[in-house]
Amino acid sequence: MTNNNGRFGIHGGQYIPETLMNAVIELEEAYNHYKQDPAFNEELTALFHDYAGRPSRLYFAEKMTKDLGGAKIYLKREDLNHTGAHKINNVLGQALLAKKMGKTRLIAETGAGQHGVAAATAAALMGMECVVFMGEEDTIRQALNVYRMRLLGAEVIPVKTGTATLKDAVSEAMREWTSRIADTHYCLGSVMGPHPFPTIVRDFQAVISKEIKAQLMEKEGRLPDAVIACVGGGSNAIGSFYHFINDEKVRLIGCEAAGRGIDTFETAATVNTGRLGIFHGMKSYFCQDAYGQIAPVYSISAGLDYPGIGPEHAYLHDIGRAEYVPVTDDEAVEAFEYLAKTEGIIPAIESAHAVAYARKIAPVMGKEEIVVITISGRGDKDCAAIARYRGEDIHE
Amino acid sequence: MSKIREAFENKKAFIAFVTCGDPDLSTTAACVRAAVTNGADLIELGIPFSDPTAEGPVIQGANLRALTGGVTTDDIFEMVRSLRQDVKVPMVFMTYANVIFSYGADRFLATCQEIGIDGIILPDLPYEEKGEFLPVCHTYGVDLISLIAPTSQNRIAMIAKEAEGFLYIVSSLGVTGTRSEIKTDLEAIVDVVRQNTEIPCAIGFGISTPEQAKRMAEISDGAIVGSAIVKMIEKYGKEAPVYVGEYVREMKEALKNIL
Repeated sequence: MTNNNGRFGIHGGQYIPETLMNAVIELEEAYNHYKQDPAFNEELTALFHDYAGRPSRLYFAEKMTKDLGGAKIYLKREDLNHTGAHKINNVLGQALLAKKMGKTRLIAETGAGQHGVAAATAAALMGMECVVFMGEEDTIRQALNVYRMRLLGAEVIPVKTGTATLKDAVSEAMREWTSRIADTHYCLGSVMGPHPFPTIVRDFQAVISKEIKAQLMEKEGRLPDAVIACVGGGSNAIGSFYHFINDEKVRLIGCEAAGRGIDTFETAATVNTGRLGIFHGMKSYFCQDAYGQIAPVYSISAGLDYPGIGPEHAYLHDIGRAEYVPVTDDEAVEAFEYLAKTEGIIPAIESAHAVAYARKIAPVMGKEEIVVITISGRGDKDCAAIARYRGEDIHE
Repeated sequence: MSKIREAFENKKAFIAFVTCGDPDLSTTAACVRAAVTNGADLIELGIPFSDPTAEGPVIQGANLRALTGGVTTDDIFEMVRSLRQDVKVPMVFMTYANVIFSYGADRFLATCQEIGIDGIILPDLPYEEKGEFLPVCHTYGVDLISLIAPTSQNRIAMIAKEAEGFLYIVSSLGVTGTRSEIKTDLEAIVDVVRQNTEIPCAIGFGISTPEQAKRMAEISDGAIVGSAIVKMIEKYGKEAPVYVGEYVREMKEALKNIL
């Protein structure tokens, strides 16, 4: 009975106020036009290469491989992108699209601050105004990123409602969009929200799996056995999975933030603890109570601290094509430290969730097997918080 | 015929909104009775939601206070059941899709029919997604009320043609909340609505003064007031019903003698 537009199985859709409907329709039409426009694609590819530093490296983690004693481990180094995370891929695409649509102002939500920084960066580059909504709690956890956004010319608005984290930042950005549509594009940071966002963001992030496939083919002459990425809304994960979805022998593993554990209330593991629901424009799985009130989720990682998951992931879970596993704060922090000491790479605490799960499965895999872990961002932003987690009194 | 039409018969309707459970359900019930006694023609009962994305700060605050107080959908059903013993005007629920989806649409709407709820308003359920609940609404004779926004333009006719109960015309861009000025060309919107449907239309978002209510009711079939009432409840708490009653009387007075 419901609209089939933008559905992934039963998930997705456009559950948004009427005020925004023409805006998402206009966005969909513009996207469908420009994604086939050679000039647009040429311009975006040039930005990816010359500005963001793509393609990102696929690095053979030899020490980690030896240490774990099982599968060969490759790291997809999205942390080496300009601005330090995969978020720039999506933002360059959306900012360019918004500019073609005649918009002069970008608004964005951010959790860890990586998407906010990327949006502020793209806005500076393209001469657009930028306003970023960030949960007040996160502005404290990620103070350095707040400063970076301001340095880039963006206005950062701390959101005090609800749990003052990512979900509240999304709600506030949606409210702002309903009040100012004509000149404003809502640059959503993950594969979530109403159609067409989950599709647009996925397409711009799909460059990750496209590159992994080509790079691994060159180095190993074959496909990986598993691709592992962290999942909040799920943009780096869908980007890492997308070009492997039809290669059914490739295991696709999304690592959810379990916080203090999926048997506690202090978790953000949506697939593992949530239920089907409708929120933030989409039908998908959400952490919620018996009456459908959205749960106040928790994770040490501000970027994974979201009560929902993108609709395409919910669908990949339903059909059994991808696995979604919980990783606790403790495991993520250990992996954060492990990768720093073993490979000299400090991953974002978000990405450390994926590293943690690889440490569990690589040792029991064969030496001829290959695992790719997407390092979605770099960990400089997390150093102070992790030090505090370990009992050291460091402040930025 | 939809019972909601009674609210508009031979008069301009004054529609009052309250968030259920702010500060508690007995105050909500008393506010509803005060509003009805003083001339409210239709009552919108807000079922609080943790993340009300279409609301401004005033109603967000009311949602939070109500949920912090522990109110649930089942408690609200009980309140309505008791209200219906003496309140005869049409009543509708305003909430978010997940509240109904999570409860189970069939169970939720069956209960609506049983306790005498005449319609539901869901700001996060646009025309494209109304199939989510429409068949169940029809099963239980509950109207699914559609909204039209200042940005609806080419969509107005499509929405109006299939509308039921009444049409909720959103006066301004943005979220709920009082506004000093309403700039949208509402006459033009109402013109298109009239060409496409017989059902009444009322204007909401941003209305707080009798002058604004009068102006909106002159253009349409009624005025909807939410934030101004919720603000009053926030200010006076358990003492609010008497103030809400006085306010509704003054607003309703402004709607009399409009042709």
